[in-house]
Amino acid sequence: MPTDTIAVPPPAPPEEDHFPHRHAPGQRPFDPVVIRQALVQTFTKLTPWHMVKAPVLFVVYIGSIWSTVLFVRDFSSNSSSDNVFSALVVAFVWFVVLFGNFAEALAEGRGKAQANSLRKARAETVAHVLQPDGSTVDKPSTKLEVGERVRVEASEVIPGDGDVVQGMALVDESAITGESAPVIRESGGDRSAVTGGTRVLSDRIVVTITTPPGETFLDRMIALVEGADRRKTPNEVALLVLLVGLTLIFVMAVATLQPFAIYSGAHQSVIVLVALVVALSPTTIGALLSAIGIAGMDRMVQRNVLAMSGRAVEAAGDVSTLLLDKTGTITYGNRMASEFVPVGGHEELELARVVLLSSLADETPEGRSIVELCETRYELTPVDMPGAELVPFTAQTRMSGIEWDHRSIRKGAADAVQRWVEERGGQVPPDLAPVVEGIATGGGTPLVVAEGSNVLGVIHLKDTVKPGIGSQFAAMRTLGIRTVMVTGDNPLTAAAIEKEAGVDESMAEATPEDKMDRIRAEQAGGRLVAMTGDGTNDAPALALADVGVAMNTGTQAAKEAGNMVDLDSDPTKLMDIVEVGKQLLITRGSLTTFSITNDVAKYFVIIPAMFYAVFPKLSDIDILRLHNPHAAIVSAMIFNAIIILFLIPLALRGVKFKAMNATAQLRRNLLIFGVGGFITPFILIKLIDLLIIGPLGVH
Amino acid sequence: MSPTNWVQIAAVVVLLAISTPLLGNYMAKVYGKEKAPGDRFFLPIERFIYRICGIDAEGEQRWSIYVISMLVFTLLGTLALYLILRVQGHLPFNADSQKGVAPDLSFNTAISFATNTNWQNYAGETAMSHLSQMFGLVVKQFVSAAVGMALAVAFIRALVRRRRTTLGSFWVDTVRSITRILLPITFVFAIVFMSQGAIQNFHATKTVQTVATQTVDSKGQVTRTQSVPGGPVASMVPIEGLGDNGGGAFNANGAHPYQLPNPISSTLYIWLALMIPFAFPWTFGKMIGSLRQGFVVLTAMVVLFSVGLFIAAGVEGAGNPKFPKGVSQAATASHPGGNLEGKDTRLGVGLSTLDANSITATSTGTTNSAHESFLPVGGTVPLFQIMLGEVDPGGTGTGLYGMLILVFISVFIAGLMVGRTPEYLGKKIQARETKLAAVYILVLPFTVLVFSAVAIVITPGLKSLSASGPHGLTELVYAYTSQAHNNGSAFAGITGDTMLYNITGGVTMLIGRFALIIAALAIAGSLVRKRAVPVTAGTLRTDTPLFTGLLIVVTIIVTGLTYFPVLALGPLAEHFSGGF
Repeated sequence: MPTDTIAVPPPAPPEEDHFPHRHAPGQRPFDPVVIRQALVQTFTKLTPWHMVKAPVLFVVYIGSIWSTVLFVRDFSSNSSSDNVFSALVVAFVWFVVLFGNFAEALAEGRGKAQANSLRKARAETVAHVLQPDGSTVDKPSTKLEVGERVRVEASEVIPGDGDVVQGMALVDESAITGESAPVIRESGGDRSAVTGGTRVLSDRIVVTITTPPGETFLDRMIALVEGADRRKTPNEVALLVLLVGLTLIFVMAVATLQPFAIYSGAHQSVIVLVALVVALSPTTIGALLSAIGIAGMDRMVQRNVLAMSGRAVEAAGDVSTLLLDKTGTITYGNRMASEFVPVGGHEELELARVVLLSSLADETPEGRSIVELCETRYELTPVDMPGAELVPFTAQTRMSGIEWDHRSIRKGAADAVQRWVEERGGQVPPDLAPVVEGIATGGGTPLVVAEGSNVLGVIHLKDTVKPGIGSQFAAMRTLGIRTVMVTGDNPLTAAAIEKEAGVDESMAEATPEDKMDRIRAEQAGGRLVAMTGDGTNDAPALALADVGVAMNTGTQAAKEAGNMVDLDSDPTKLMDIVEVGKQLLITRGSLTTFSITNDVAKYFVIIPAMFYAVFPKLSDIDILRLHNPHAAIVSAMIFNAIIILFLIPLALRGVKFKAMNATAQLRRNLLIFGVGGFITPFILIKLIDLLIIGPLGVH
Repeated sequence: MSPTNWVQIAAVVVLLAISTPLLGNYMAKVYGKEKAPGDRFFLPIERFIYRICGIDAEGEQRWSIYVISMLVFTLLGTLALYLILRVQGHLPFNADSQKGVAPDLSFNTAISFATNTNWQNYAGETAMSHLSQMFGLVVKQFVSAAVGMALAVAFIRALVRRRRTTLGSFWVDTVRSITRILLPITFVFAIVFMSQGAIQNFHATKTVQTVATQTVDSKGQVTRTQSVPGGPVASMVPIEGLGDNGGGAFNANGAHPYQLPNPISSTLYIWLALMIPFAFPWTFGKMIGSLRQGFVVLTAMVVLFSVGLFIAAGVEGAGNPKFPKGVSQAATASHPGGNLEGKDTRLGVGLSTLDANSITATSTGTTNSAHESFLPVGGTVPLFQIMLGEVDPGGTGTGLYGMLILVFISVFIAGLMVGRTPEYLGKKIQARETKLAAVYILVLPFTVLVFSAVAIVITPGLKSLSASGPHGLTELVYAYTSQAHNNGSAFAGITGDTMLYNITGGVTMLIGRFALIIAALAIAGSLVRKRAVPVTAGTLRTDTPLFTGLLIVVTIIVTGLTYFPVLALGPLAEHFSGGF
């Protein structure tokens, strides 16, 4: 609870975990089925045209083929100890490629499983197309054209994306959102959009088809979760450029090493040179890069957010301003009773009793919240009121009330109630005006309560800020992200909620144009903006924002304009989206750092081993004191391959993300992945040599 | 190390502490749009130069035009120098009747001085006329240094400006570098060096009778004569140092008494060489409006520089471990101490290693000792300093943008770890910048390794080496590293004036200079167009000690990973095998 004045339990309980992970069947991270499929794909991905897409791995791939050929060619002429050495090196060079493919297949597998379940929803259905004369003609959903009107009856599947133009229905959208509670779809307004593949549960609606078959939301969703047309994101491309550059220079450094070695009288076998290239190239990140990207998109999907491009996920990490709609994001949107303030010497409990009577029959959200407050704070129980007569709220009277048991109770706007009391010869106590004014200034709504000619007190209604939202904003602030609340409220109310919710800034009385101007202004200053929206009038702003998250309940226009769709239609999720974006970049950077710092240890191990024959003293560099030169090289190669396997879970889950400022974030990750990257290989290579290679007797 | 050496090193530190902020602030004003000190004196001179050269002083250039201007300017200058060298025999100021320089040597030398390398496959006193020295080499020493400074300034502007296309005017930046920075300082120092005994004349070489025996040949014939050269030396030394050129009038270069007559001159010379490169990060900080950012670059430079000096001076100062026990190599009143092979006893280990470290950490290359005679680890220091890319502090201007490109690499790797796409000073480092930065970082190791790998297995390459085994490899790798990185210092031992080394050396110098400049300016051209992202708590801070440390580590790793194998077969093999 943000303040102790609010004693009303919120209508919708807050989710304990604000990352609702909803796993479709077969979507658990390391499901045996997914693993089995991934194992198969590990090998089917070995074609050159697939390998060339991952340039670092491609170099390793070429090296593994080359060394295999040489191994086979020289098998009979080599000594058996040489053959054991070569076989081990060749095997672990291959493992680098295989583990890379496996990581990618595993990352894709989780999406594939979900895509399969979505495909079931896309199964061809029959559409009843309305003719001008009112009759219907049946045709397959795949033959529908944009602009055609179709009638959908209860228990039928909606044949394509469109807008409801007639009627209203309960629709089961669980096939797409995973949410089993049906939603209402009706013509006109912001709840008119329906999605092909969802099922009408009741009533009958007429839908105008807006998307040609094959390009529907479901189709796009399948393509997205499957990663069918996954393109490399800008930062991924940039990183790949750097990695390819590094790989090239290592290839050169090793290729030129042979002449230097020949000069020094230490001619090297090609297998050893291949081993060196593979050890030095940034294979760890090279093998996991694609998996990291896919897994990042997948993490969005697990949060029920569909990112239309990886670029949008990346942009989410860079966002520095969040435009948040007040209603639904920051507050529950309903005005709820937070306290009862008695005036004119009346008791608080007395006031509460009267208030309870006045509201028992009031079915508005405000009315319900008043009853709840009576029950929880004053432990009053609703009484039976036979023969009670409800006085409904009207725009003229601006108050509501009840006539029961010869009692007249009213609650409503201060001036209206005042007039009512005075008409009955009553007097308004002098302490009423300050109380009313105080509540209004604080952004709340005062409801004055009177019985007969007596004014008893005031109900304080306020727009309730979602509990816990303040700490989320604080976390955003730590990350250097400004939160801006957008509201149609007057500046006074906006300021009060701004303060209570802890947003950095608020835009009061905002129109859609104001929102656009604000986005443009932010972008002109170099800031990236994220926002959510659902209405058609949000569409231009959604399109303009760097990250525009459309609510699934929103209109078709909004969904097309944004670059993400939140299937849960929970605007608070914007902050999760930012975190997923950041986590993706952090994972990429951390594994790159780890991969590069690993090289130092590998050098210390491999170089002295290579030149042991000519410069035995060079092994003084090898501080690990490994068994022998061959054991050293094999140990390094084993480390080089298995580290990829060890890091797959990290690549798929992402590096643990904590909200902290950039310098702290850098220090933490540099310590773990930078310093860790220096130390880990020394330890693991020594262990491999000690426990596996030494006992095996490689020499 | 002798106490005198300590005083000399301390003197350089103090002088730099004074000159860095003064010169740094001054240069920021010279390259800024506002009024600069001395406008009243310099502006008329510059306007006159602009008028006779037809330069539009207000005209700004995009990166491509800036580069083309530089290329054309340098190419024409190189051609002019080549011609002067070829026909110097027919030109005046040739007291010693030097003949025209051979085509391949002229090629190598012209490129060498045009690229600020000053690799010398000749001995000045036996190959160059006074005119070639004055109007050929010294002119190139001024302009090549000025070009480097202009490029650095263009690079800084790319980070300062937002959503623009132009980087300034190559012509104006070059002219102002010469008139306002290089000429005034060198003018003063020419007089200072003359006062210390550096010569300034047009005399022919004199043969003098000496009291002491000079040489005794194999037949026991005693010579008591010595050739004493003349020349306009005092006017060359200051720009040789200040411009980080390093090409001297004489073969012995920094060790020649007519050039740097005493330890005071040698100390001042080292200061000169370090003066502009260390001032540039300060200028950078001033121009971008954040001295802290400048300090990060400066600190990284100082740390890398100091570590090199510490190792070299430590190893050389400790003396040769192969000496029999009981032979003291400690400094005494009569003995400077340490490993003195190939070193001038006037300078001792201290000034020799300070020089070796300073002239390789910058692009100077004026050796005053034989790096070849350093112990293997001691000799690795100057080699590694060059391999670092001459960024600590590097050449005039080139050091700054070299270091800034390493900053980009650091930002790129580490920046991701804070959960944002990488940015530096608000400018996003994206695929294009990364690609060009990768080219910048990789092109030189590539060049050095390929040329060395070829030369090491062919007879003409091997014939020039004076040593076999790891030491011979080091000689060769040092030669290509020095030329590719435009340093110009020699490890000594290698015979460079052969067709193979003249031509391949010339080619590596060209690649080393121009491939890097084009890559650097292309980055600048891309950055200048970008808007700047404002700083928030989520921004990777690049003005912290943490980032400074990261930058240092990245610099070492990037170099280390590329060159480690060849260093292992060269100096490290020599060190561990004890074959020295």
